[in-house]
Amino acid sequence: MAELAGAPGLIEITRAHVDGCLYHGQASLDFAERLVASGARVSVPTTLNVGSLDLLHPDRYRGDAATAVRARRLMDCYVELGCRPTWTCAPYQLPSRPVFGEQIAWAESNAIVFANSVLGARTNRYGDFIDAAAAITGRVPDAGLHRSENRRGEVVFRLAGVTERLLDADVLYPVLGTLVGAEAGSRVPVVEGLPAGTSEDRLKALGAAAASSGFVALFHAVGLTPEAPTLEAALQGAPPLRTVEVTLERLRRVRDALTTAAEGRIAAVSLGTPHFSVAEFERLLPLLAEFAVPVYVSTGRHVLAEVERRGWRPALAGVQLVVDTCTYVTPILREGGPVMTNSAKWAYYAPGNLGVEVVFGSLEECLRSAATGRVWRDPELWDG
Amino acid sequence: MAEALVLTEPLSFWGGFDPASGRIVDARHPQRGEIVTGRVLVMPSGRGSSSSSSVLAEAVRLGTGPAAIVLRQLDEIVALGLLVAEELYGVATPLVVLDERAYDALRTGMELAVPPG
Repeated sequence: MAELAGAPGLIEITRAHVDGCLYHGQASLDFAERLVASGARVSVPTTLNVGSLDLLHPDRYRGDAATAVRARRLMDCYVELGCRPTWTCAPYQLPSRPVFGEQIAWAESNAIVFANSVLGARTNRYGDFIDAAAAITGRVPDAGLHRSENRRGEVVFRLAGVTERLLDADVLYPVLGTLVGAEAGSRVPVVEGLPAGTSEDRLKALGAAAASSGFVALFHAVGLTPEAPTLEAALQGAPPLRTVEVTLERLRRVRDALTTAAEGRIAAVSLGTPHFSVAEFERLLPLLAEFAVPVYVSTGRHVLAEVERRGWRPALAGVQLVVDTCTYVTPILREGGPVMTNSAKWAYYAPGNLGVEVVFGSLEECLRSAATGRVWRDPELWDG
Repeated sequence: MAEALVLTEPLSFWGGFDPASGRIVDARHPQRGEIVTGRVLVMPSGRGSSSSSSVLAEAVRLGTGPAAIVLRQLDEIVALGLLVAEELYGVATPLVVLDERAYDALRTGMELAVPPG
């Protein structure tokens, strides 16, 4: 792989995040069993991405039993290799996360883009198989985003005429990310014009969306992310390849394309892709009500433990908490009808994975819709 | 010889391709519904999820994978899926990266010679 990447050699990494524990068929298990049989062990601290099963709520799984057995065995294989059973797609929410400049090997596209962009750690786009290889050897090819020259911003996205209200709304960020990913492709995007203090959860949503609609493994947000104190710094002093004006009209078109179902009845709501953070649970609490349709929230077991520690669990009795996995990678939803989500990533992948229609909206729109079972829209949110 | 299938947008195998049927299932992909099996899959690059290597390896295991893959830009996730499938199952699928001129000359339906793996 180093040769393929044109790398001059290998570099050492300090930690790894492995995605191979999600079952994609017998090939996933054949590979992991071969590693276990060889006696391999990871040589650096290694966290695990989601598996196909919610090990704390096993009855949530609605797929066939034989697949569940193989999916469980796959998860066990990676623990046998010495990985920590963290089962989250948001390893950046765990304590002791990578620091600026740290060389790491992370898999899972949203984790990769978060580590590179928000933390300023350095990882390439590692995927299944090579993630385990990196964790076992503690080395990766010295190529791509491990090297400073490849982290230069290339395409500038300038926000023009986006209202203050929308800049301060969570829903902007997954939509903006979808636009950025589709336009930037494999180039490094630089976003200019986001407000100071934009939260990590918003940057998480932006990155996850950009890594779904495009090939984005690193973005810079001027004034927010560590390699972009200024536009010039993000561009490493070079001119941008091109500049894209992000208008309200373009954002509305991207938002509309995230919805595949007609407005009307919904069968369920799905939140927490990537995994819900403690801060997102805090935002959810005041929006809880009597729901007419199930509301699923995917999160990591460590975040759930913190939610319990804070005494929030009783208030969440009306929502279906899903841990260790995610509702769009495995059969958990009982409902076949349109599903509403605030996640661009979920909206992007669920129709293909689950065969469901999807309605995209803000967190508040999702929960007010769940209360009646029909799509509710905030009439002013996207006004000019 | 195998028939070329030229995708006008990159495909994420994970979430966008069903290894059981060999079909493109990405709801937003312009070539949704096309069968990849036994064809030379031509696309600009990979896209999206880092789980695509596994899905591609699984397709090779099931015999639903493409006869070869042609890219304009090297995608390590695609390459790795093919390498691991060869290691586990002894089935080699050629991967070729073409420059823009050669790539742009390819059209769906062209019969292409595929070298033995």
